[in-house]
Amino acid sequence: MRYVDEFRDANLARTLSTQIAAVAEPGRHYKVMEVCGGHTHTIYKHGIEDHLPETIELVHGPGCPVCVIPMGRVDDGISIARRPGVIFTCFGDMMRVPGGDGSLLDAKAQGADVRFVYSPLDALKVARLNPEREVVFYAIGFETTAPSTALTLMRAKAEGLTNFSVMCNHVTIVPPLKALLESPDLRLDAFIGPGHVSTVIGCRPYEFIPADYGQPVVVAGFEPLDLLQAVYMIMLQLAEGRSEIENQYGRVVPWEGNLRALEVLQEVFELRPYFEWRGLGFISQSALKLSDAYRDFDAELRFDVPGVRVADPKACQCGEVLKGVIKPWECKVFGTACTPETPIGTCMVSSEGACAAYYNFGRFARSTARAGS
Amino acid sequence: MCLGIPGQVVEIMDEAAHIAKVDVGGVRRNVNIGLLAGTSDAVDLGDWVLIHVGFALSKIDEEEAASTIKFLEGLGEAYEDELEQLKGSDIA
Ligand code: SF4
Repeated sequence: MRYVDEFRDANLARTLSTQIAAVAEPGRHYKVMEVCGGHTHTIYKHGIEDHLPETIELVHGPGCPVCVIPMGRVDDGISIARRPGVIFTCFGDMMRVPGGDGSLLDAKAQGADVRFVYSPLDALKVARLNPEREVVFYAIGFETTAPSTALTLMRAKAEGLTNFSVMCNHVTIVPPLKALLESPDLRLDAFIGPGHVSTVIGCRPYEFIPADYGQPVVVAGFEPLDLLQAVYMIMLQLAEGRSEIENQYGRVVPWEGNLRALEVLQEVFELRPYFEWRGLGFISQSALKLSDAYRDFDAELRFDVPGVRVADPKACQCGEVLKGVIKPWECKVFGTACTPETPIGTCMVSSEGACAAYYNFGRFARSTARAGS
Repeated sequence: MCLGIPGQVVEIMDEAAHIAKVDVGGVRRNVNIGLLAGTSDAVDLGDWVLIHVGFALSKIDEEEAASTIKFLEGLGEAYEDELEQLKGSDIA
């Protein structure tokens, strides 16, 4: 077994690997979805599948916030960024995401004032320092990130800043999971629940998965050992005919989540009736917009965005990758037309995207390892 | 952007605005600790927190912090990029 010393406790990793193999039912094929892009990154980087029996397949889920932004939302952002007087701020990961008409980075090269920031609070600072300019923050992320935007908006409101606004693309994790569970394309056995998202929302929101679909959910940390342990906990549940939510990452994730964070989300945001996800289409009540109390800070109201819809490029199979229906390397343009330098789809942009993770670390993964051995 | 990186609280800068200075591998920057304020996880000097986009998301113990840092260092580029971006941050 390779790379075992990369685990926090190599002996435990070996034992877990043996135990997982022991509880796997002979002849049964298991599909376990890891929801979070951070997990996908660890799985490829550390070759986690090499430590699992071949009958356990890890399926990569939709939990990379950059990957799920549809092209139209990128174009809408660019249309704001191009307005005279606007300073457009976003996370670095967002800059290279291709829209229908180039990326924010392209818009910057063509003269738009696009700046990347580490934190929404940095965007707020830009607004304070440039009172004569309109400063817009392009917010992305799941429930992990949304409370940061919320607190930033509360601060902006308290300071009475009038030149700051947010284009909100925050999404929520449960609706796409429901959509996947309802999809006939994919038969899953269990879920590895996201770590940081659960720090905010806690474990309860996943209750419908065991209750309505009879599938185990184990919330897990990001280290290789965490993932092995989560897979073992899932396999035990399946072997014993249980389906429950278990929290492998209790050292960071409280069962109830972060109540303060949930409170600020409640105050600043409300659910959109529906939102378009890259490759997954429209999902109802799956994203956030600013609540009425914060409408003055809503960039979409302030700037009257075109609200464009752009179909994904024909060659792009990000939708299938995000649903776990195909593996990254099965996309026809993977590694040829689509690379991290020249991404066609979003999954190649962020290091949490399945395609980028496989592109960077794929040589460690099971399929190629076997082909090479 | 999805990483949670451990930092140790070295100074409370602005109590009302919930701003604390943290040390992340020798880099000292301000972060917002408002998501932990008033909870059982309220932050004190010397505490370790998991930081995401300039906000402390949860309190962690020292062992967890050390192990997470080791793991993140093993990530290479993704962690270096995150640290670079943190260095460019100037929250007040
Ligand atoms: S290789 Fe590129 S186009 Fe194909 S699924 Fe991955 S990111 Fe999308």
